[in-house]
Amino acid sequence: MLAKLFDQLKLVWKVLRRPSVHYSLGFLTIGGFIAGIMFWGGFNTALELTNREEFCIGCHEMENNVYQELQTTIHFSNRSGVRATCPDCHVPHNWTDKIARKMQASKEVWGKVFGTINTREKFEAKRRHLAENEWNRLKANDSLECRNCHNFDYMDFTRQSKRASQMHSTSLASGEKTCIDCHKGIAHQLPDMAGVEGF
Amino acid sequence: MKTGKFLSIIALLGFSVSVMATSVPEDKIDTLRLAPINVEPTPPAMQAVINTDVKQVRNYPMQPPVIPHKIDGYQIDLKVNKCMQCHARTSTGHSQAPMVSVTHYMDRENNFLADLSPRRYFCTQCHAPQLDAKLLVENDFVDIDHLIKANAVKH
Ligand code: HEC
Ligand code: HEC
Ligand code: HEC
Ligand code: HEC
Ligand code: HEC
Ligand code: HEC
Repeated sequence: MLAKLFDQLKLVWKVLRRPSVHYSLGFLTIGGFIAGIMFWGGFNTALELTNREEFCIGCHEMENNVYQELQTTIHFSNRSGVRATCPDCHVPHNWTDKIARKMQASKEVWGKVFGTINTREKFEAKRRHLAENEWNRLKANDSLECRNCHNFDYMDFTRQSKRASQMHSTSLASGEKTCIDCHKGIAHQLPDMAGVEGF
Repeated sequence: MKTGKFLSIIALLGFSVSVMATSVPEDKIDTLRLAPINVEPTPPAMQAVINTDVKQVRNYPMQPPVIPHKIDGYQIDLKVNKCMQCHARTSTGHSQAPMVSVTHYMDRENNFLADLSPRRYFCTQCHAPQLDAKLLVENDFVDIDHLIKANAVKH
């Protein structure tokens, strides 16, 4: 059985190695190019599908906890009608970053199978840990996701409240602090903050 | 025993009838809702909170000062007290906010505690942000300073 399979594989390999007689080089290059685009596109589409909020809240862990909380915040409804969805803040828009994040996301599928946070109590117990992962990520990328929408260069301090402009024109402008240092809990409830810097 | 029960039922009935008879006249019910009791009025538009960051004068020395900034979404529960991110003793350096006064660290025997006193934990029990809204009820409070000054003029 195995030997037979091996023979077949050998045959395929031989065909593949033989120089092409029937197809022109041009056809092969262009065909390969088109196939490449299709493959890349399909891959991209698959990623896009998992990059939508419906996908995220398809899991009750995400829907019952963080999504419920998000709905009461300014990132869900505001006077401008701009809505931040889960992937806006949690999955980098940049291609390479995107893939790296997806690889990490496989851990979440694992968590789903083994139910690490499948009740509110378990979620609350693990929340500090999960939140810290996010803080570390945003700290490391200088709050990239926030800046995709909020561009520091276009912030008009004169239109901000005094408390805001005071902070933004000092610690933020100098690069000493980044958005997530001051704006934790902007989209969901905070975990027990005992010992977190600044609290 | 039986007659006792019977009598109390009669008394109760009589009482409820008398309550119905002296019910509040209609025009007295709709004081604050400004609509008859059986009508659901459209609620007025929500007012924006005053967010000027200008401290307001207290009406008397012991008054909890009103909050001169918005507090939307500031979480205060067992897990975290968002206000203390700026108003705690150790935070005032970076936030430039006034520290909660020392009374917030005292228990009711006037002992000083290392951390916020539990009876001062839920800030919004005493401190409230303000709206620029018209008063629903007339307020004839007079600042003690005005009384003193008024007296001083008479002399
Ligand atoms: C298969 C169900 C499922 C789906 C779909 C899902 N999640 Fe999760 N998510 C989980 C579970 C379970 C955990 C907890 C993992 C653990 O225990 O470490 C988690 C953890 C997280 C965390 C915590 C961060 C961390 O690194 O620990 C974030 C942020 C998150 N999810 C965001 C998202 C976003 C954004 C989407 C949509 C792109 C999404 N999730 C889709 C189940 C899911
Ligand atoms: C999808 C775009 C988007 C992303 C991503 C985003 N925001 Fe926002 N943010 C908004 C919009 C829109 C508003 C509301 C503007 C308005 O109408 O006043 C807002 C408002 C805010 C406010 C003002 C809150 C208030 O009460 O006035 C803060 C603070 C803020 N965002 C911080 C963040 C931080 C921190 C991040 C990153 C974790 C982030 N935002 C990511 C779009 C976004
Ligand atoms: C040093 C602390 C600090 C940093 C860093 C910081 N902020 Fe703020 N920000 C504040 C404070 C304080 C306020 C006003 C109080 C509040 O909204 O809770 C504020 C308010 C805001 C507002 C509302 C503006 C208003 O007039 O009320 C937005 C939007 C915002 N920040 C976005 C950001 C973004 C985006 C970043 C990162 C590029 C950032 N902030 C970094 C402290 C900071
Ligand atoms: C405006 C940006 C923003 C949006 C939109 C957003 N998140 Fe978050 N999320 C954060 C930040 C920042 C944290 C880090 C913890 C914190 O500060 O609250 C976080 C933390 C989390 C965590 C870790 C547990 C916790 O509560 O700390 C999960 C899980 C999560 N988000 C999932 C989601 C899902 C699912 C959605 C969509 C329904 C979503 N987030 C939408 C910014 C956002
Ligand atoms: C981002 C930092 C920050 C947070 C969070 C914050 N404050 Fe403030 N607060 C300030 C600053 C700064 C001032 C000084 C006046 C101003 O700039 O608004 C102030 C002023 C006040 C005052 C007026 C003090 C006086 O002497 O008149 C009160 C009361 C107050 N805050 C209560 C609260 C309460 C209650 C909360 C939580 C619901 C809170 N603050 C959250 C920064 C903050
Ligand atoms: C039981 C009512 C009560 C509670 C709860 C309370 N306060 Fe106060 N607060 C007061 C009173 C009364 C004053 C003014 C007299 C004084 O200093 O004790 C005051 C004063 C202040 C001042 C001005 C201090 C100064 O020296 O200018 C700030 C700021 C303040 N409170 C913030 C807070 C914060 C933040 C919390 C929540 C952690 C809080 N308060 C909880 C009653 C309260």
